[in-house]
Amino acid sequence: MTDYSTYALRLGDDALILSQRLSWWSSRAPELEEDLALTNVALDLLGQARTLLASVGDEDELAFMRESREFLNLLIVERPNGDFAQTIARQLLFSTFQLARYEALVDHPDEAIAGTAAKAVKEVSYHCDHAANWTRRLGDGTEESRARIRDAIENLWPYTFEMLEHDSLEAELGVDPASLRERWEVEVGQTLEAAALGVPEDSGWRPGGGRRGVHDEDFGYLLAEMQSLHRAHPGARW
Amino acid sequence: MVSAAEARAVVAEIPDPEIPVLTIADLGILREVTIEDGEHLVVTITPTYSGCPAMDLIRSEIAGRLGERGVEDAEVRTVLSPAWTTDWMSEEGRRKLREYGIAPPGATTEDTLGVACPRCGSSNVREISRFGATSCQAQYACQACLEPFDHFKRH
Repeated sequence: MTDYSTYALRLGDDALILSQRLSWWSSRAPELEEDLALTNVALDLLGQARTLLASVGDEDELAFMRESREFLNLLIVERPNGDFAQTIARQLLFSTFQLARYEALVDHPDEAIAGTAAKAVKEVSYHCDHAANWTRRLGDGTEESRARIRDAIENLWPYTFEMLEHDSLEAELGVDPASLRERWEVEVGQTLEAAALGVPEDSGWRPGGGRRGVHDEDFGYLLAEMQSLHRAHPGARW
Repeated sequence: MVSAAEARAVVAEIPDPEIPVLTIADLGILREVTIEDGEHLVVTITPTYSGCPAMDLIRSEIAGRLGERGVEDAEVRTVLSPAWTTDWMSEEGRRKLREYGIAPPGATTEDTLGVACPRCGSSNVREISRFGATSCQAQYACQACLEPFDHFKRH
């Protein structure tokens, strides 16, 4: 029987780490509706992560006791929240990819992966709409909002190469990210065009390594916040 | 020994923790109650959204209510597939939602007719945010009577 655990862990870590990032916005978003929106997105992602992690082992052990080098998430999901535009740009670039990936996995042979994908397709399509709407509003807003979303897209663009590069392990166990690139480019391109923003040029700098557990410096701080309570008080409950 | 139908009647009455006017049967969360191997009671439920925080509470409510009936070893099984859809919400559930002040989802996910204000019935409404107090709701405002209200999203 094929062992899908590494693949489930990759999918789960992408969702878990982005969820952790987004939950910071609780009580800090520019308006109440946005506060609810970003934390709802975080909750959807957390639910997806829990199912996937629980299919691999003990979900708490996996989330709270692993070291940085054992996390397999993409670098883009761990990028700091930055300003609101940065958070929205990260969501647009990742959710568009994540939706295409889940759609390709609804008939996956692994029950947890297929089940999560089937549920998540509906959830993530909301995340995509939300991010695309804001990208248009910011791009078509004031000079300030426009400059910020443009900078955010440019800052995050280099991280999309790792997300969409060919990966033989993923091609074998699920879906090759490279096969989703064309659709991703069309969909992201349409939103950027509607926002009167251009597609950034490839600077040639393509950071990667998340899938091998090589993360950015910021990641240590994220883990410290996420894991410290569980490590100090194992088994703590509300 | 409690029959599957009796057990179903007991757990079907459990209210949803977040929208207590609806039962888990109204919502379509309760999928099946069966007896396996002649003695093992299995209650199958499915979450509305992946991250639905009410699931743990629903699970313990099911175990608790069956325990009161002397069923101590019931299994609560959570399935993800087929994925929950608002198509499974009962007519009764939709009526109760409307009376509670939440605009119910369309009759089917294919039903793209607009949302109606649960207070005055006007379909002249405006979406404020696609996300609301719970994962399954969106925020709307009625342009006719000015009532802000929640809408249970088609899903």
